[in-house]
Amino acid sequence: MDTHEPAPPIRIVLAKLGLDGHDRGIKVVARILRDAGMEVVYLGLRQTTDSIIAAVEQEDADAVGLSMHNAGHLTLGPAMLDALRDAEMDVPLVIGGIIPDADVQQLKDAGVAVVLGPGASSEDVVAAVRGAVEA
Amino acid sequence: MPRSSRPLPELVDLAIEGHRRSVGQLLTLAERGGSDADALTRAVEPLARGAHVVGVTGAPGAGKSTMVARLVAAWVETGHRPAVVAVDPSSPLSGGAILGDRVRMAAIDDVAFVRSVATRGHAGGLALSIPASVRVLDAAGYDPIIIETVGVGQVEVDITSAADTALVVVTPGMGDAVQANKAGLLEVADGFAVNKADQPGAAHVRRDLELMLDLSHLTGQEADGRRPPITMVDSLVGEGISELIVALAEHAAHLDATGERRTRRSRRIGFELRNRLELAASSRVASQLGQTGAPLIDAVLAGETSIVDAQNELRNELFSR
Repeated sequence: MDTHEPAPPIRIVLAKLGLDGHDRGIKVVARILRDAGMEVVYLGLRQTTDSIIAAVEQEDADAVGLSMHNAGHLTLGPAMLDALRDAEMDVPLVIGGIIPDADVQQLKDAGVAVVLGPGASSEDVVAAVRGAVEA
Repeated sequence: MPRSSRPLPELVDLAIEGHRRSVGQLLTLAERGGSDADALTRAVEPLARGAHVVGVTGAPGAGKSTMVARLVAAWVETGHRPAVVAVDPSSPLSGGAILGDRVRMAAIDDVAFVRSVATRGHAGGLALSIPASVRVLDAAGYDPIIIETVGVGQVEVDITSAADTALVVVTPGMGDAVQANKAGLLEVADGFAVNKADQPGAAHVRRDLELMLDLSHLTGQEADGRRPPITMVDSLVGEGISELIVALAEHAAHLDATGERRTRRSRRIGFELRNRLELAASSRVASQLGQTGAPLIDAVLAGETSIVDAQNELRNELFSR
């Protein structure tokens, strides 16, 4: 008497690292992803790579989304990637926020799955996360 | 989405050794339901250690997550390894959810385990996945295990009543405290916490609860002759938390002293069995309706058949298989 279970929703951890307090964007993205049927483990402000790793571990997350508005992406993006690698977590990292076009390739070369700049639409955001998880 | 994952027996071995990532992956299996969850249940049932399960419920905004975070920190300080399963509702429109309870638990160190769970909409699903998740956390050595829900629906109230200890959180300014009674929460409560006790109206909430408890005592409705204690708490500053810990420990001792723990556990098993059977039955009913229901529905619509006869015919088909 097995009940057929539909595919479970994508689970994504959303966070802002360090002291960057601009959290309007991350709250909007949380709503966008929820409305697309995903489960958002919302960590919000003042997270560290340790707290994010702990969340990925305990929540068995499919992806990590970082919101960055403080020009720290070239430091913090790779720092998050290193932390994921050290924890042996094969989980894609999506970064969104104020990211200059000139820096996007550097982030992708470092291993960031997708970079979403200002002007990314709701569809772009959903497609980015789905694409990163299903890759 | 499927990431490379270890086979079940290996995950279980790692989980009971304290490997947190494996615990996380087992909880995903528990939440998925179906035959994966059943295989997991079989694997962890013999590994039960008897952790104390505390259900924490109350209206949204009552401060449950903040309070639970304080309780967990206090338990960690006294050498416990608590786990929290924090349940948030899924959107009925999209099926997604924003799981925000973890935000309140930022200060919890590596000893505690926090899992955010969405209700995922389908009836009874949560009522099956929670017991499976509790078994995983128990096998992995976490104790106590706190299940935090918003106590507005029957499923959430049932989950709370299925714990060893049910703690109901109320706050001043939530309107008539008797509202808690209407949701059935009063009957399941083994203890009350009045959170935000620094706010005006806290003493009134306490008085309203005391009055209701007096009434339960008079009418003989008290569960096993024990009056649930009321603890005043201010979770933001941590006042009342140690008193609450003591109240919860006293209830645990009461359960052991009276043999009530065993009664509760058997009730939990009965509740889970009922939900398993109901889920399987409702799936069969849906399947039967899909196969042979359409002409019967047309006949009822046309006034040619009574809906009672339509039901009887379908029931005969269901039971003849």
